[in-house]
Amino acid sequence: MGQKITIEPVTRVEGHGKVTIHIDNNGNILQTRLHIVEFRGFERFVQGRPYWEAPVLVQRLCGICPVSHHLAAAKAMDVIVGAGTGDGLTPTGEKMRRLMHYGQMFQSHSLHFFHLASPDLLFGVNADPSIRNVIGVALEHQDLAVQGVMMRKFGQEIIQATAGKKIHGTGAIPGGINKSLTQKEVDTFLKGNDPMNIDKMISWSQDALTFFKDYHSNHKEIIDDFAEFPSNHLSLVRKDGALDLYHGVLRAVDSEGKIILHDVDYQEYYKYIEEEVRSWSYMKFPYLKEFGKDNGWYTVGPLARMNTADFIDTPLAQKEFESFKAYNYGKPSNKSMHMHWARLIEILHSAEKMKELLLDPDIQKGELVIKGNKKSEGVGLIEAPRGTLFHHYKVNSNDQIEMANLIVSTTNNNQPMNNAVNQVAQNVMTGQSIITEGMMNAVEVAIRAYDPCLSCATHALGQMPLEISLYNSNNELIDRKIK
Amino acid sequence: MSEKPKILVYGYGNPGRQDDGLGIELSEKIEEWARQEAKTNITVDGNYQLNIEDASTISEYDIVFFVDASKENIESFFIEEVTPSTKVDFTTHSASPAFVLELCHKIYRKYPNTYLLHIKGYEWEFMKEITGRASDNLEKAFHFLKNKIENIPEK
Repeated sequence: MGQKITIEPVTRVEGHGKVTIHIDNNGNILQTRLHIVEFRGFERFVQGRPYWEAPVLVQRLCGICPVSHHLAAAKAMDVIVGAGTGDGLTPTGEKMRRLMHYGQMFQSHSLHFFHLASPDLLFGVNADPSIRNVIGVALEHQDLAVQGVMMRKFGQEIIQATAGKKIHGTGAIPGGINKSLTQKEVDTFLKGNDPMNIDKMISWSQDALTFFKDYHSNHKEIIDDFAEFPSNHLSLVRKDGALDLYHGVLRAVDSEGKIILHDVDYQEYYKYIEEEVRSWSYMKFPYLKEFGKDNGWYTVGPLARMNTADFIDTPLAQKEFESFKAYNYGKPSNKSMHMHWARLIEILHSAEKMKELLLDPDIQKGELVIKGNKKSEGVGLIEAPRGTLFHHYKVNSNDQIEMANLIVSTTNNNQPMNNAVNQVAQNVMTGQSIITEGMMNAVEVAIRAYDPCLSCATHALGQMPLEISLYNSNNELIDRKIK
Repeated sequence: MSEKPKILVYGYGNPGRQDDGLGIELSEKIEEWARQEAKTNITVDGNYQLNIEDASTISEYDIVFFVDASKENIESFFIEEVTPSTKVDFTTHSASPAFVLELCHKIYRKYPNTYLLHIKGYEWEFMKEITGRASDNLEKAFHFLKNKIENIPEK
């Protein structure tokens, strides 16, 4: 008799991750699935609303990465007001938005590394959950915990200064931005009291990379062998091939590094990307049309960006990028845990970029908005912390949104997350009939490497727990664990 | 010489999701009241969710009131003292008041007196307006919190 294992939550929220695992009589894994209850009502909700409201309205989607939605929607609306596709704004408009975006990237990646990754690395995935968290880190490595808290805070303050406020920021508007920075604000970030200044943030970003690389050199089996599988990788890159988190062209490479989507204009993303619906999941499975459902799926996020970009245009991050590429013999890394390494390189890059922008006089100038000939359709793409985020809108002659399609980063990573779970299940759950803490942790670690935003995918409120269920071949539940 | 304790009122939730905005709404009402009454020892803050940086924020206060919307089976509102906890969520996406308080202690060696005020909500769709019943609860919670703050003795 075969069996089935599930990991699922019971809470007040509609958003959660559920893992189901089916096993046969001998304990062999027959099937694993990561189910995320994606709610797509938002696209209908914005229909009929004036287009200029979109950059603020979309922040209702998710309280975790509102800045990414804010900027992606604003970029789409730039097209609609005739301001071009991301690089047509005034220097102040584009640079203020970039500063906001790097602040978001910096705080989000820092949170992930210090709050989730560092406890797993410091204490091991099998450690007691009561110590395998940032409080455990604070007890044994207080310096790391303080760095995590203050780096997150610094990024949040950059967002507040550029977006206007922490909640429902209004900074980005169709065609530009509604404020620039004052000299006093700039000085706060450049010369703030220790540790709240950009030079300290750059220094701490380097320290975090040193910490990771030291760990990696002693734990190659965890970083290199855990949840490794071949994947295509997709992201924006700048037209010259540089890593660009705010704007560029769409590029995809296969698991060996061959370019399979050649720097195309994302305004026509729908020519290249299809979303598959599967009966067992509300969340769609995007793939590159040319390669079909089975071979065209791809990974997005920090690791994909390291794999698609040719170089990084800030010196310290470029040096780290070169080490990363050399370690992988110049090929794409298909190792899920290298996502942490890539994330840390992006933290450093974001800190360097923030300094570059804070020193740029354009962010204090007054030319904020540009407009041109209005259009009825626009697409905005951005590299959000978790990966490529698509916003696509059509507007009618009354300036009302009549169509919206969003593909969030977590949806783009649907297939690779499923693959990661499957591989971990094969390794740690084969032959088992109960779910141990160690198995639960291993599945968690695999999913969390992608840092899925279940709130984005499900539009949930509050907590987003994980449930794992184990079923036999008669579809009978034999064990369930919830975290 | 006695002095007034430093008080933080911190609302959280998403104001674009109907009653999920109750925490933010209450904190804004307290801010306005504190401004009118010139209560300079009261600071108001807010965000979509609590997270680790809030450990640093609350470390600067003597008394903290977190305010959140609630789906639980409570009357109009409910206040409880927060007990520190190490329980961590699956993702990085939110932290509980108990977790923030414990982290504050571990990093900054401080335990501000911390309370969580739950306000009963009913609807959570993509709309900005708080429902009528929740607004009534908000008013009751506002008056309760004002009275509680006014009755806090000096240090």
